[in-house]
Amino acid sequence: MVYDAGRYDVIVIGAGHAGVEAGLAAAKMGAKTLMLTLNLDMIAFMPCNPSLGGPAKGIVIREIDALGGAMAKVIDKTYIQMRMLNTRKGPAVQALRAQADKPEYIKEMKHLLEREENITLRQGMVNELIIEDGICKGVITETHAAYYADAVIMTTGTFMRGKVLMGDLEYESGPNNQRASIKLSEYLEQTGLELTRFKTGTPPRVNSHTIDYSKTEIQPGDDKPQAFSYETTDYITDQIPCWLTYTNEFTHQIINDNLTLSSMYSGMKRGTGPRYCPSIEDKVVRFNDKPRHQIFLEPEGRQTEEVYVQGLSTSLPESVQHDLVRSVPGLEHAEIMRAGYAIEYDSVIPTQLWPTLELKHIAGLFTAGQINGTSGYEEAAAQGLMAGINAARKIQGKDPVILDRSQAYIGVMIDDLVTKGTQEPYRLLTSRAEYRLLLRHDNADVRLTDLGHELGLISEERYTDFLDKRKQVEAEIKRLRKLIIKPTEAVQDMLKVAKATPLKEAVKASDLLKRPEMTYDLLDSVIESDDSLPDHVKEQVEIHIKYEGYIKKANEQVERMLKMEDKKIPEHIDYDAITGLASEAREKLKKVQPLSVGQASRISGVNPSDVSILLIYIEQGKMAYTAQ
Amino acid sequence: METDTIAAISTPLGEGAISIVRLSGPDAINIAARIFNGKQLTDVATHTIHYGKIIDPETGDVAEEVMASVMHAPKTFTRENIVEINCHGGLTAVNRVLDILLSNGARLAEPGEFTKRAFLNGRIDLSQAEAVMDLIRAKTDKAMSVALNQMEGRLSTLIRKYRQQLLETVAHVEVNIDYPEYDDVEEMSHKMMQQKTAEVHDDIEELLSVAKQGKILREGLATAIIGRPNVGKSSLLNALAQENKAIVTEIPGTTRDVIEEYVNVRGVPLKLVDTAGIRETEDIVEKIGVDRSRQALKQSDLILFVLNYNEALSPEDIQLLELIGDLDYVVIINKTDLPQKLDLDHVKELAGSHRIVETSLIDAKGIDQLEEAIADIFFSGRLDAGDMTYVSNMRHIQLLKKAKGALEDAMASLEMGMPLDIVQIDVTRTWEYLGEIIGDTASDSLIDQLFSQFCLGK
Repeated sequence: MVYDAGRYDVIVIGAGHAGVEAGLAAAKMGAKTLMLTLNLDMIAFMPCNPSLGGPAKGIVIREIDALGGAMAKVIDKTYIQMRMLNTRKGPAVQALRAQADKPEYIKEMKHLLEREENITLRQGMVNELIIEDGICKGVITETHAAYYADAVIMTTGTFMRGKVLMGDLEYESGPNNQRASIKLSEYLEQTGLELTRFKTGTPPRVNSHTIDYSKTEIQPGDDKPQAFSYETTDYITDQIPCWLTYTNEFTHQIINDNLTLSSMYSGMKRGTGPRYCPSIEDKVVRFNDKPRHQIFLEPEGRQTEEVYVQGLSTSLPESVQHDLVRSVPGLEHAEIMRAGYAIEYDSVIPTQLWPTLELKHIAGLFTAGQINGTSGYEEAAAQGLMAGINAARKIQGKDPVILDRSQAYIGVMIDDLVTKGTQEPYRLLTSRAEYRLLLRHDNADVRLTDLGHELGLISEERYTDFLDKRKQVEAEIKRLRKLIIKPTEAVQDMLKVAKATPLKEAVKASDLLKRPEMTYDLLDSVIESDDSLPDHVKEQVEIHIKYEGYIKKANEQVERMLKMEDKKIPEHIDYDAITGLASEAREKLKKVQPLSVGQASRISGVNPSDVSILLIYIEQGKMAYTAQ
Repeated sequence: METDTIAAISTPLGEGAISIVRLSGPDAINIAARIFNGKQLTDVATHTIHYGKIIDPETGDVAEEVMASVMHAPKTFTRENIVEINCHGGLTAVNRVLDILLSNGARLAEPGEFTKRAFLNGRIDLSQAEAVMDLIRAKTDKAMSVALNQMEGRLSTLIRKYRQQLLETVAHVEVNIDYPEYDDVEEMSHKMMQQKTAEVHDDIEELLSVAKQGKILREGLATAIIGRPNVGKSSLLNALAQENKAIVTEIPGTTRDVIEEYVNVRGVPLKLVDTAGIRETEDIVEKIGVDRSRQALKQSDLILFVLNYNEALSPEDIQLLELIGDLDYVVIINKTDLPQKLDLDHVKELAGSHRIVETSLIDAKGIDQLEEAIADIFFSGRLDAGDMTYVSNMRHIQLLKKAKGALEDAMASLEMGMPLDIVQIDVTRTWEYLGEIIGDTASDSLIDQLFSQFCLGK
C-alpha cells in the first residue's frame, strides 16, 4: 500500500538537462523541491553527442545563464574544447560551442544539486500521479511512496515507453540501457493526455587508442576560449581537439547492401525521427549522389578513451556497424566500445500546454524537455528553467513568466511548440527566429538579466556588475556619436591598412565605425579612450553602432508584433459563438486556446480574415462589458 | 486605434459615371495633399469638396482631373480622417489615382477594412457587428476565389519560380549559419548573392512593367464585335457605349477602321472593338480595315458575333463562325423587328454551347439579355483565367513593388559589404511579399527547403 512520504512545494520527475534546471530554479525561488530520478549516477547525462551550444543553441545557453540557470556555469567548468562559430559572419549568428567532458559534467551538476538547500534529491521511479478534480497534487513511486506537492514537473526525456532498436534487436529501455518508464505513460494516457511517438538515434563510440588520427584532419579549439556564463572568470586553456574524416563509396555500399537490416528501414512503422540529425542510412538513401559525408571524431572526456563518431548515427545490426566504422579512413582498426542504436519514445503533443508549460487539462502539472517533442540538451534545459520558474510563481500566487519571440530563442521555441506543435523532434535553428538580429549571443544579458534578477535568480553582485556594464555600453555609444574624427595622418594610415577609402573631411566616430571595413579596435587605435573597457562592452558598442539601421528596422517589426500580443483573448471565449470563423480556424483555436490575438495569428490554418473576425468579436465583448 | 492609412476604390469597379478612391487614417489628408494640385488640402475646412488635379510626384505628370472631399475625424464613416477622390468613371482613372496614393504612403485596404475600422472606432453599434464579420468573410472569399483563379495562371507560376530561387538562396545562407562545419556546399559569397538577387530583381521589374501595361487592369476585357457588313455592329457598339462614336449608315462597309470604345457592362470592364465587316474586298481602304479586324480577333478575350435576322445564313457567316470556333463568343441575332429569314435551328446547331441573344437594336430590345450574358460569362470564370486578374491586380502590383523594394534594400546591404545573414533578412522579406501574392505565407517552407536541399548532420 502507498505510504505518505512527505510534502513539498514542487516535485520534479527526472534529473536530465530539463529536470536539473527546473529543480534549481524552483528551489532558488524559495520552493521546497523534491527531485526524483531513476539513477543518481546519470544526472544531466548526455546520452548522445558530447557537445553543447552551436548556432541558436549556444545563444540559448547564454539566455539560460542570464536567467540564472546552471548549464552555462557547469559547461564552463567542464569543457575540453571551446569554439566560437560563424566568426566570419554577422554578429547575430555567432555562437559558442563547447565539447563537454561528459563524466565531469555529471559530477559537477550532481554536486550543484546536492548543495542546493531547498532540493531533496532522491532515486526513484514514478509510476502514477495524484490527480484530484483536474489538479495534480503529487506522485506515487513504484516503491509505493506518495509525495505531495502543489506543482509537479515531468521531465522524462526519452524514457517513457522507451524502446531501443538495433537491427532486429529491440527491447524496452531508456537511453544507454537505463530502465524505461512504462507505467507513467499508461497512466498519462488514462488522464486523456495525447501522446505521440518520436525517435532519435546515436552513433557508435570507439576506443581512441584504435584510431589512426594521421588519416584525419585536426579540429582544434579557439586559441583564446570564451565562456558561456557572464559570471565565469576562469578559462580552461588546456583543450583537446576533435578530428574530421569522411565516409566513402565502400561505406555507402555497406549501407545499401544491408539497408533492409536497419531497424528504421525494415518496413515496420516507426516513430518520426528528426530531419536535422539523420541516421547515416537516411543520408545515403536520401542523398545518394553525395560521394562522401563528414564524420567528426569527438572525445567524450579527459578521463576516458571513448570517442563519439559524429555522423554515423545508425540502427543497423552490430555486425554491420563494425564493417561500417572500419570502412572510414582512420577507423580501419577501430574497436567499437558501444554500438549505435535508435530509440523510440512517447512524447506529449505540445499544443496541450499553456505557454507556461503547464498542461491545459491538468492544473499544476508541467512538462519540459524531450517529453514535449524537442531534442537537444539546450532546448531541454531552457524548458526546464521556464517550467521551474512558472511552477514556483504559480504556487507563490504570482503572474506567469512568458518570454515573447523578440526576447529570447527560448520564447521562440516555446511559442512554436505550444502554438504550432511539431511533426518531428524539434530543434532550435536560427532561421526559426524572425528577429534574430535582436537575439544575439552578446546581448542575452541585456535582454534577460533584469528579469532574472526580478525573479530572484540573479545575485545582487552580478546584477550590479551587469548594470555597470550596461552603463558603460551606453556611455561609450554616446561618446562615439559626439566624437569628431579629423582626417589626420594617423587616421588616414589606419584606413589605408584597413583597405578603406581615406577621409575627405571630418566625420563622427560613430559614422566612421559604420563603414564595413571598420572595427571598434581599429577606431580605438586612433582615438583616446578608456583602456579599461572590457571586450564584451566593446563588442556591444560596435554591433550597436554598425548595425543600427537594421536593429531599428527589427525593433519596428517587434513593436507591430507586440501590439497584437497585447490584445488578450478572454479566458472563457466561446469560439463556437463567433460567426464567420472558418471551420478549420475554429477547430484550431479551440484546441490551442491562444492567449493573445498575436498567438492566434501564428496558428497554421488561422487566416488573416479569421484574425480580423476574432479581433472584432473581442472588441464587441469589451463594449458589451462597458455597456453593462 | 490604427496607425496606418488605408486606401481602396470604394465604388463598384467601373460602374457609374464617377469612381471614388477612399483614403482613411491619420495621414489621409497629408497623403492626398501631397499628390493634389489645387487648394492646399491640409488647410481646407472639414467636409468640403475641391476641384484639382492628381499629380504623380515621381514623374510630375498630371494623372487625373478630380474632385476631392476632405473630412476630418471624428465625424466620418471610420471616425478617422478621410479623403474621397472622385474620378472619372471607368477603371483607368481610379486605378491610376490609387496607384499613386499607394506609392505615397497609403496601404491598400484589406477586404472590409473600412467597415472594420468604423466598428473598432465605435462608429457602428453592437447589433451590426455580426454583419461586419459576414462582410469580411464574404469579401475575403471573393478575393480568394480570384486568387485561386490565378493559381493556374501565368503570374502565379512566375511568382512561384522567383520564390523558389529566393528560398534556395536563403536556405544556402541558412545552412552556412546553422551548420558552419558542413562542407558539402560552397560557402555563399557576396558575389553569388549579388547575382541571385539581381536576377530576381530584374524579373520582378519586368513583371511590374508588364503589369503596368496590363490590359485588363487598364483597359478592360478586349471584346471584338464581328459580323458581315451592315448586320448592326456599330449599332451594337453604340448601344453598349450609349454614345455615338462609330458612324452608322445603311451603306455596307462604312466602318473602315477599327474603332475602340471603353464601357462597363454590369461591372465587367470591356474594351469594345468594332471591326470593319470581314469579307473579301477590293477596296484598298476597307481591305486594311479587314486585315486589322482579323488581327483584332486574335487579340480578343471575348467576341460578339452579330447576325442579321432578316437575312439567310451566308457562307461568310459560317466562315466567320469557324474562324472564332475556339474563342469565347456570344451570338447576337439582330434586327428581330424585321421579318425572319434566318434559320435559327441551324445557328443553334453551329453555336453549340455558346449563348445566343436576340436583339432589335433599333428598338433598344434585347440589350439587357446581352449584358446579362456577358456578365455571366465573365463571372462564371469561363474566360481564360490568365486575364481574370483585374480585381486584385492593384494588390499584386503593390506587393510586387514592396518585394522589389526589399530586394533593393538587400542589394544595398550587399553593396555595403554587410554580412550575408543581415542581407538575408531583406531577401526573406522579399520572399514573404511574393508569397502574399499567391496566398502562401507558411513560414515552415524554409526549414523544409533546408532539409531537402542539404544533407545535414552536425
